Amino acid sequence: MGRADSPFGNVNIGAAMNDQGDDDGIVLTEAQKRARRSRSLAIAFALAALVILFYVMTLVKGPGVLIRPI
Amino acid sequence: MSLVSEGADFRGPLTASGFAEPSLATVGDYIALMKPRVMSLVVFTALVGLAVAPGSLHPLTAFTALLCIAVGAGAAGALNMWYDADIDAVMARTSRRPVPMGRVRPGEAFAFGLTLAGFAVVTLGLLVNWFAAALLAFTIFFYVVIYTVWLKRSTPQNIVIGGAAGAFPPMIGWAAVTGSLSFEPILLFLIIFFWTPPHFWALALYRADDYARAGIPMLPVVSGDATTRRQILFYTIVLVPLGVAPWMFGYSGALYGATAVATGIIMLGLGWQVLRERRPVERASRKLFAFSILYLFLLFAVLLVERGWGGLIVRLAT
Repeated sequence: MGRADSPFGNVNIGAAMNDQGDDDGIVLTEAQKRARRSRSLAIAFALAALVILFYVMTLVKGPGVLIRPI
Repeated sequence: MSLVSEGADFRGPLTASGFAEPSLATVGDYIALMKPRVMSLVVFTALVGLAVAPGSLHPLTAFTALLCIAVGAGAAGALNMWYDADIDAVMARTSRRPVPMGRVRPGEAFAFGLTLAGFAVVTLGLLVNWFAAALLAFTIFFYVVIYTVWLKRSTPQNIVIGGAAGAFPPMIGWAAVTGSLSFEPILLFLIIFFWTPPHFWALALYRADDYARAGIPMLPVVSGDATTRRQILFYTIVLVPLGVAPWMFGYSGALYGATAVATGIIMLGLGWQVLRERRPVERASRKLFAFSILYLFLLFAVLLVERGWGGLIVRLAT
């Protein structure tokens, strides 16, 4: 597919995806970088919490440890 | 094309080249997408369903069930904000939500909601039981597809039928413990189901202009003030005996019965005041809206104390 046929028109996609400071690309501002970092950390914490939840619940339901009725 | 027919066509900010502007959305914006205040009511009513159900659940399993129900409710909220961004933008009450403000793009809200819904349902199924997970999946589907996409923009009965979505959580909590349903959780469902119309129509009475501007066919917009006030009193008359029913059927004690009767009388009194009130006076509508929240909270809180926490204390003591 030629550039003229691209759904993105004349935009250089490689440059647009690059946040290292190319002149014709999108350069993230400090605020955007901070927001992206906070979102990335939240995703990391959520995934870690999910792993811990599954690990602990496997102990509860599986090998029979920690089982006690309310 | 009218605002109402657009649904989910709302677009976030674009750069001059046509690309979406890199997101400035914070974690707080994503939490706002999950409608935390609605989520807290969902968790509370689910906790009551879980606590009054017969049988026992490991505390961690109970926590997992509530977490999944909370995340499922958040997913439904995010998907609702994705679809309703166009009407949220023109209503004063909702115009500062993350999508109409341009802080979260509709596509991001949609992906976020869908991901949360998938994780909540699968986790509840794997770690608790699949019957409760199926109920949670149906609740999310009902709120997003039946209420948000279909009913909300097409009928003044939107919140009557759609209110079922908000009434499911106690049933999910019950199902998490028992893996089944019985008459008692259905009674809790009916209390929330019949509580929803007087609660939301009281709000709609003094927000009618806002709903009219957004083109949402709420009852006061379509059928007028007087009809809405009669309907509010009608649903309150049905609600109050239902509120007392758990005591009459022997599911709760005297404290619950006294609370349900006393708060029910106040609800009927406020419903009567709303019937006699005429615009632009809106004091009774505001009072009914505020008290209806307290009414539902008190009924479920007393049930929790008598049946849930009370049962828990007894079980631990023996």
